Amino acid sequence: MKPFDYARAQDVSGALDAGKIIAGGTNLLDLMKLGVETPERVVDITRLDLKRIEDHEGGLRIGALVSNSDLAVDDRVRRNYEVLSRALLSGASGQLRNMATTGGNLLQRTRCYYFQDVASPCNKREPGSGCRAKGGATRLHAILGASEHCIATHPSDMAVAMQALDASVEIEGAEGTRTVPLAEFYVLPGDRPDIETVLKPGELITAVILPAPLPGRQTYRKVRDRASYAFALVSVAGIVSVKDGVIEQAALAFGGVAPRPWRNLEVETALAGREPTRETFDAAADILLAGAEGQGGNDFKIPLLRRTFRAVLGELTQGA
Amino acid sequence: MTIHQKMDAPDRRNRLDDMAQGVLSTPLDRPEGPLKVSGRAPYAHEVQPEGMLHGFFVRAPRIGRLVSIDDSIARGTAGVETVISGPKLIRNPAQGTANSAPVQPDADIYYIGQPVALVVADTFETARAAAMNVRLDIAEADRQPVNPTDYDSPEDQQSTQGDLDGAMAEAAFTVDRTYTTPAHNSAAMEPHAAIAQWDGDKLTVRSSLQMLKYNRNEIADSLGIDPANVRLLSPYVGGGFGSKLGIAPDAVGAALAAKETGRPVGVVLSRQQVFEATMRRSETKQRIRLAADADGVLSGIGHDAWVSNLPDEAFSEPVTQATPFTYGGVHRQIGHHIARVSRTCAGSVRAPGEAVGITIFEIAMDELARATGVDPVELRRRNIPEQDPTSDIPFSSHKLAEALDDGARTFGWDDTLPEPGGRREGEWLIGQGMASAVRVNALMESKARVTLQPDGTALVETDMTDIGTGTYAILTQLAAEMLGIDAANVKTMLGDTDLPPASGSGGSWGAASSGASVFLACQGVRQKIAAALETTEEDLTLKDGRAIAGNRSIPLSEVLDGPVESEGHIEPGDTGDAVRQATWGAYFCEVAVNAVTGETRVRRMHGTFAAGRIMNPKTARSQCLGGMTFGIGMALTEELMHDSRDGHIVNRDLAEYHLPVNLDVPQITVNLLEERDPWANPMQVKGIGELGICGAAAAVVNGIFQATGVRVRDLPATLDKVLAGLD
Ligand SMILES: Cc1cc2nc3c(=O)[nH]c(=O)nc-3n(C[C@H](O)[C@H](O)[C@H](O)COP(=O)(O)OP(=O)(O)OC[C@H]3O[C@@H](n4cnc5c(N)ncnc54)[C@H](O)[C@@H]3O)c2cc1C
Ligand code: SF4
Repeated sequence: MKPFDYARAQDVSGALDAGKIIAGGTNLLDLMKLGVETPERVVDITRLDLKRIEDHEGGLRIGALVSNSDLAVDDRVRRNYEVLSRALLSGASGQLRNMATTGGNLLQRTRCYYFQDVASPCNKREPGSGCRAKGGATRLHAILGASEHCIATHPSDMAVAMQALDASVEIEGAEGTRTVPLAEFYVLPGDRPDIETVLKPGELITAVILPAPLPGRQTYRKVRDRASYAFALVSVAGIVSVKDGVIEQAALAFGGVAPRPWRNLEVETALAGREPTRETFDAAADILLAGAEGQGGNDFKIPLLRRTFRAVLGELTQGA
Repeated sequence: MTIHQKMDAPDRRNRLDDMAQGVLSTPLDRPEGPLKVSGRAPYAHEVQPEGMLHGFFVRAPRIGRLVSIDDSIARGTAGVETVISGPKLIRNPAQGTANSAPVQPDADIYYIGQPVALVVADTFETARAAAMNVRLDIAEADRQPVNPTDYDSPEDQQSTQGDLDGAMAEAAFTVDRTYTTPAHNSAAMEPHAAIAQWDGDKLTVRSSLQMLKYNRNEIADSLGIDPANVRLLSPYVGGGFGSKLGIAPDAVGAALAAKETGRPVGVVLSRQQVFEATMRRSETKQRIRLAADADGVLSGIGHDAWVSNLPDEAFSEPVTQATPFTYGGVHRQIGHHIARVSRTCAGSVRAPGEAVGITIFEIAMDELARATGVDPVELRRRNIPEQDPTSDIPFSSHKLAEALDDGARTFGWDDTLPEPGGRREGEWLIGQGMASAVRVNALMESKARVTLQPDGTALVETDMTDIGTGTYAILTQLAAEMLGIDAANVKTMLGDTDLPPASGSGGSWGAASSGASVFLACQGVRQKIAAALETTEEDLTLKDGRAIAGNRSIPLSEVLDGPVESEGHIEPGDTGDAVRQATWGAYFCEVAVNAVTGETRVRRMHGTFAAGRIMNPKTARSQCLGGMTFGIGMALTEELMHDSRDGHIVNRDLAEYHLPVNLDVPQITVNLLEERDPWANPMQVKGIGELGICGAAAAVVNGIFQATGVRVRDLPATLDKVLAGLD
């Protein structure tokens, strides 16, 4: 770990443009130990008043420092945003969730093995150096949204649920506060995989805003290499309402398959107004997987995503 | 006084059964347990002397020839004291029982992750940061390939009896399949660590090691000093699983740095370094051939294994170790093939040999059961040989049949050979699977000293280690039993080379070997008491602090006018070759496979095991639980991934090296069979530490087949492999 200066922000403005932000530290510290992150100055924001979950315009405003544990068990979250509670509880371990924060979870970096190994070329770590993952171990890697420069996935479960819930991110910067829908918050790698979000250097995430809950059933299904404490190979966050035997509305997001929480509105359009049959699900899955590309070690994710997608839709529409 | 016994003949006296205290073979709690759970049992890197410096290894990022090391930035960093490099630094870990410096090819780089220098600084953080700034000039060099391709077949490791090809041609049923298992890492909780301190010529190393007698010589040889000048301390070890049988780079690095700086130096490997620079289990490829008659009785067995290691390493994963004697069949062929590769050193990891060898063999046996239509339990019963079919020697004891019967009964095994895929609960396909457990049994030379005080307290001393297995508990119980005192009155001192040299912990031999030395030492003490009472050791009863002889019952305080001391010394002898000694068992499990995703969950698991006299059913059970847990990992999740282009270990932490977690491990039950094996040692105890993993994974993989009809032949059975066979 490269030596660094440490400061504790007293208020939000003190955290702006002040250095590399540390919240729970569960991701940043690991990466600093590996030499992947090498900040000169670290700003601890954990004393800021960003730990509240408040009612907000029929939905919720979740402070950036609310821990993953607290958020998962909040009554309102459990009642109205079950998909989020489930996604949070499927992530990491109890100890990590106690430390992990809402803001930090959104901004956690990829688990790509080569990103974490400073001896490997990696365009995300060192733009222009190459992508060692290609042709290497790709079990964790993307089948959607990747580029020739980077095939990494975003590892968060929480963000996948939030993507399905149409959450937005409240950002504080030198020019004031702005709110960015999660759909626009993450950017695809293209030829600059080091740029992962629209967050500008020096900006702070202050909250995540959830709109009023959608009608219908919710679930989060995570498929992984062991029963707990593993990142998603494939995950599906779903909120689906059924009326008179047809799907009224479906909001779906996917994890473990793309450089960002993945959502494709065409998939949802293809489901709306249809009967929940296997044919309907497969037609929607065809849209979801159009252009999906495996890297060898992760080819299985293509059929796995289809199967999981169908099963989640089946579960959410069965008997409804 | 030393009581010495060499196991040249079976010892049928069963003396332990004559003892009266009633504490041995009870589930005594670990005496050191409260210390461990309250943080008062210090591990290797936790007792840091005043002024200690910290060393951190520089890792080779590429294979090749090390031209030069530019450590100027590191040396110029505030807090950095020195940078150690050169031929004395250990680049490879030592193999178990090496007893000398590890193989040091030359100053070149043979695998990625090889330690090439040690940065020593005032804090751990400074050392680690400076290590990142050491520049290595590495030139291309001719090296072994990173993937095993060219194999040697050493002549002494091939054996043929009869005509296997002929047997295969004539058999009613055959299996001829090739399987693979991936590389594994021991992944002990406590990373490899050492603190070294010199006092003149005398070196004290506090480390985390399994076999101190050998480790001391390994350190001395690496440093070029007299072993008598090395004292090694490992009173508590946070797991070893083979990776601490021999020294790792930490101890020698710390000693060299301490010598140069004149200060104590501590070196602890990072988790990534544990994966890259300590032993891995070789990946294996195994071909199994089985020839059977219409009833499933074997006429022929073939087992070929392909493994790998660095050049010049003597260790070669003994995959087929138990194949020669597990099942009958007159036509037999065993082959062993080794490739030299540029990968992290391969050595002992959790039951080298049987863990992967029996597992694969037992999957093949399941394939035979399916081919013949014979219930898998019955198939194994039919193939239990009368005596070792390869070397024509009798078994010292044989409990496989009993374990199969007891296990099947306890588990509730359905012996109707149900159709694969026939049982479904919602999304889950349910199946049962079983496998046999087999592990060779060994005895190693071991010494101990026991001192009994007139006040009825006793001290047990040996340089044996307790690597988390329960050695403190069983040696305490054993002495209490032999001396007729309460276990609370026995103090057991371990993990210090100033004490009599023991077998060390490894190869499941610890309890039997080190136990036997304590047993013999106690016999010496008993003889002295008997002499004082003018009786014989055989006629003496010691119980509750009293000596009973004939109609006399006298408190120890009146019998003894001072401490009574004796040493015990056990040595292996002819019983090792005169009979085939092994431990036995059987696993049964129920698995559920998700029909959508291919994920497998083990729902319940049972194991019945026989390993001679059980000294403590609680610690023995824990060993079996641990073994079966590793078995679940081997079956479903565990795989050390090597990059196919440069051989480096890709998943170098516990987030991505998937050991099973709590949720992967269901309720496991264990039955231990009553057994006395007089050929093993004077206590009739055999090793149980590794038995629980030797075949366990096969039960799970066989369960997956029954649940789904998908036969996974490349472990682990991750969901993608199962999915490939589901519709
Ligand atoms: C072993 C392991 C297993 C895990 N398994 C899972 C899993 O299964 N699923 C899952 O989703 N996650 C998993 N995680 C990841 C975990 O969820 C994240 O590490 C955690 O959410 C990060 O939050 P933090 O507060 O600790 O972030 P930090 O480590 O403090 O920060 C992470 C990043 O966010 C930035 N940051 C933090 N807060 C703000 C803010 N308010 N404004 C601007 N920038 C900010 C930091 O500068 C840093 O770049 C796992 C982690 C580990 C170590
Ligand atoms: S996939 Fe992305 S993160 Fe991984 S090595 Fe390639 S560029 Fe780096």
